[in-house]
Amino acid sequence: MSEICPQMADKKSIQELNDIASQVRRDIVRMVHAVQSGHPGGSLGCTEFMVALYFEIMNYHPRPFNMSGEGEDVFILSNGHISPVFYSVMARAGIFEVSELATFRKINSRLQGHPATHEKLEGVRIASGSLGQGLSVATGIALSKKINGDTGFVYCLMGDGELQEGQNWEAIMFAAHNGVDNLIATVDFNGQQIDGSTKEIMGFEKIKDKFEAFGWITLDMQGNDIGNVIQTIRRAQELSGKGKPVMINMKTEMGYGVDFMMGSHEWHGIAPNNDQLASALGQLTETLGDY
Amino acid sequence: MVKIEILDQKDTRSGFGAGLLELGRRNPKVVGLCADLTGSLKMDAFKNEFPERFFQVGIAEANMIGLAAGLATGGQIPFTGTFANFSTGRVYDQIRQSVAYSGKNVKICASHAGLTLGEDGATHQILEDIGMMKMLPGMVVINPCDYNQTKAATIAIAEHVGPVYLRFGRPKWPVFTKPDQEFIIGKAWHINEGSDVSIFCTGHMVWKAIEAGEILANLGINADIINIHTIKPLDTEAVLRSVSKTGCVVTAEEHQMNGGLGDSISQVLALNHPAPLEMVAVKDSFGESGTPNELLVKYGLDTVNIVDAVQKVISRK
Repeated sequence: MSEICPQMADKKSIQELNDIASQVRRDIVRMVHAVQSGHPGGSLGCTEFMVALYFEIMNYHPRPFNMSGEGEDVFILSNGHISPVFYSVMARAGIFEVSELATFRKINSRLQGHPATHEKLEGVRIASGSLGQGLSVATGIALSKKINGDTGFVYCLMGDGELQEGQNWEAIMFAAHNGVDNLIATVDFNGQQIDGSTKEIMGFEKIKDKFEAFGWITLDMQGNDIGNVIQTIRRAQELSGKGKPVMINMKTEMGYGVDFMMGSHEWHGIAPNNDQLASALGQLTETLGDY
Repeated sequence: MVKIEILDQKDTRSGFGAGLLELGRRNPKVVGLCADLTGSLKMDAFKNEFPERFFQVGIAEANMIGLAAGLATGGQIPFTGTFANFSTGRVYDQIRQSVAYSGKNVKICASHAGLTLGEDGATHQILEDIGMMKMLPGMVVINPCDYNQTKAATIAIAEHVGPVYLRFGRPKWPVFTKPDQEFIIGKAWHINEGSDVSIFCTGHMVWKAIEAGEILANLGINADIINIHTIKPLDTEAVLRSVSKTGCVVTAEEHQMNGGLGDSISQVLALNHPAPLEMVAVKDSFGESGTPNELLVKYGLDTVNIVDAVQKVISRK
């Protein structure tokens, strides 16, 4: 087996991580533009988080991919529609070839519209897209690690709108009741969903209070500040192993990094046209070479 | 007609419980999950002997399926247990996305299937589960006929890598298959050789088909009786071999006509060997409260209904 995360050996500065994030954002808008479909808004908002996880936080073997994640930290994406950021970060981390990003959402691709294991894309451990299922799966993997005596962490990312799905609350209850303390769940609190702001659609105030009432440890995080992301997840790791799961309330801005996409639900699931792509790319430095 | 002895009267769910306990002893990867029905599913013995491998999930079936998908990802072999209704209809999308589409090695074990659940009534008497599960790509669907076959099937599915739906029931029912039998997924059991009609039967209806076979023998009709315990993958070869000989078919199952065993058999016939077919199944209806036998009689799933169907189908040859 390859050594744990070569990225970790080569410790990156905040500037270097932000440079990766800039390239990931270019990948996101180019992928979505190329097929005129996909979800750029949430992908752009979660870029720092995903870069921090795969280039700084997680211990994992980029290759060969091991489905069970034995001896590794594992990430589960519950809000599968932000597949562009998931795919770009995994490719940039060396899990599969960067050139494959060009196949996103096309026929015969392993990069399905929503992540899937079916086409055997390395790095994906569960299909997601139908919302509200990822936290249960992540909790199951965390239980598995406990049974197997594996000290790796399980990370899960969920959308805020996704918390409207009742299954999440079943999992939230279960994880606390069973002391699943190797689980760090992050909620992308961008305040937007397809039909409008989460506040309008089905507002849930005091999200941290809700998790705390269920028995979780909670933290706040500025999701578009990569330094703060790293610091907060490190803190979450320190708080783990003490009988409670940890939830991170991650404040992000949907569409972050592309001015005309920022702060609105309108870019949840639409693609930029040619002019908009040019404008977006003009705001994002090419740091690692486009695919 | 070959003589089939009744060895005992036992519920098929107890066969599951016994099989799971044996599996727990044999295979440390096997874990159990249950949604507040541990006693009903007969999972107590497993729970008591392997508390570290048993997860009580409360009344939260969707989460149970997701947890099982996660445990399977980590290398465990999870067996989920609840009633058939809550094992399928309630969690269809969780099974579809997190288990079937994701190719997870989860065993969905479902008790109290069909009308023979009895007095609890139609909310709990699922008659659509075989249809829902067999439509999922890659899902194996098994409906054993008695205690011994259920126990053997429970043990066998742990060896199969991939999702399985195992369906069994609540009432005490004749035990007539061998203890410690070998169970081969997808391999039909030829109960009786006959040349006048093929009877394909599954679950509790296998015993009814055997009773019908005895009545038919006295009428001079020799039925080829085949137990289709695995509805998917279907033993197409056994079906076609039998119908080539008999030229007509009756199916018997404790399920809706739409989507069940009869539906699978009719597809095989239409595509390969068109032949007259009668289905003994629930005809587009919900069930109701009553004793198991009262319900089987009222909904046309009794021995006499199989006999009638055989006479009708033979007249159509």
